[in-house]
Amino acid sequence: MPSYAGPAPVRPADVAGTLRLLAYLALGVALIVLDHRGGWLQQIRGKAEMLTEPLRWVAGLPGRIGNSVHDDAATRSRLADDNRVLRNALLISGARLARLQAAANENARLRGMLGAVERGELDVQLAPILNIDLDPTRQRLVLGAGSGTGVRMGQVVIDAGGVLGQIIDVKPATSTVLLLTDPDHALPAAVARNGVRLVVYGRGGRLELANIPLSSDVKVGDSVVTSGLGGRFPAGFPIGTIAALRPDDSRAFLLGDLRPAAQLDRGREVLLLRLNATTSRPAAAAPPATAPAPATAGESR
Amino acid sequence: MSRWRHNWVMPLSVLAALLLGLLPLPDLLTPFRPYWLALVVAYWVIEKPDSAGLGFAFLCGLLADLAIGGVLGEQALRLTVMAFILDRFRARLRFFPLSQQALAIGVLLLNDRIVSAAIHLALGEPQLPASFWWAPILGALLWAPLYLLFDAIRLGRRAR
Repeated sequence: MPSYAGPAPVRPADVAGTLRLLAYLALGVALIVLDHRGGWLQQIRGKAEMLTEPLRWVAGLPGRIGNSVHDDAATRSRLADDNRVLRNALLISGARLARLQAAANENARLRGMLGAVERGELDVQLAPILNIDLDPTRQRLVLGAGSGTGVRMGQVVIDAGGVLGQIIDVKPATSTVLLLTDPDHALPAAVARNGVRLVVYGRGGRLELANIPLSSDVKVGDSVVTSGLGGRFPAGFPIGTIAALRPDDSRAFLLGDLRPAAQLDRGREVLLLRLNATTSRPAAAAPPATAPAPATAGESR
Repeated sequence: MSRWRHNWVMPLSVLAALLLGLLPLPDLLTPFRPYWLALVVAYWVIEKPDSAGLGFAFLCGLLADLAIGGVLGEQALRLTVMAFILDRFRARLRFFPLSQQALAIGVLLLNDRIVSAAIHLALGEPQLPASFWWAPILGALLWAPLYLLFDAIRLGRRAR
């Protein structure tokens, strides 16, 4: 606006611009509210995200190339080291599995005697993590496997340590995992030592146990496993160990901080549980807290 | 012919900005990730106001929301606000030296952070850690090279 033109009159273009701004703001707010509430917009969003699937795939490319370069450039001595470590790990796992197999046989025999329902078998599928950064306030993970390779909505995602999360969104070639630490996530759990039932809440980057009764027998260092209640997560998978306990605001309950058992920050691959459908609901079993053999820790939805 | 050719620069730059937003960074660097899309949208709103306006900013934001998996409409809202302010001050901004432009962009990016924080507050979503407030500074520093790069690409195309 040149200074000699006197005081600026209101230009029609300005008014139109403001009106357009208001219209777009209203549209944006409407979208935010609808998306936040969930509902029909979720389905439209799911369709629209198909558009961005190739984008995500391309964005994950550098990570994949990095991995393969890293693999290719590995030196002989490092490979030999890796090999030795893995061989030892395999030996230990094999020995543990053999012991578990005996326990599983015994368990099956006892169940047979009790006439209890057979637990569903479960097998796993390996899925690569697509290395891309999503919204940092949300705890999500994108996998490079989708409905094309048999991933289904609601599948439980684990790694060698324990439960990682669940699948909340499936696209043909990718799928999204809601991590345990997401603020939207809550998970029925039990203390492995004595079966006290608790709920593990995601607190954005960390895990928290809420509403622990003061009288309950829960101690720092206890390992917490899935309880199987609610039916989505099979019982007996490690979630984490209790790192700290403190009274909550009401002083009537305890809050616990949980150290996750799974590697929630980047790994390379995760396991998807595929549960063969039979329904049964045994009490929370407590398998060894390190690595449950998928075939024995079975439980179905 | 040349017009048709340099029309491709705009969608391509938006695509590149989206990709840069998704690219994995080490955890330590994540807070400093500049808001590439905002820089690209700002450039086009300043330089080509007749084809890049509020609607363009809104659409870019919507795409980014879908790609990055946040609340749908959040970035659309943020970019629309930014585009509106830029549009109002475009006549002045265009004749600023690059250093002042960068400063203005830095302030706009800071404002964008505030808008984002307000949206998160209103929805009861978790806030970003405090370290993310450094990103606007990096964005401002990147403005000059980005501006020169885009100018070079566009003018190069035009000369053809």
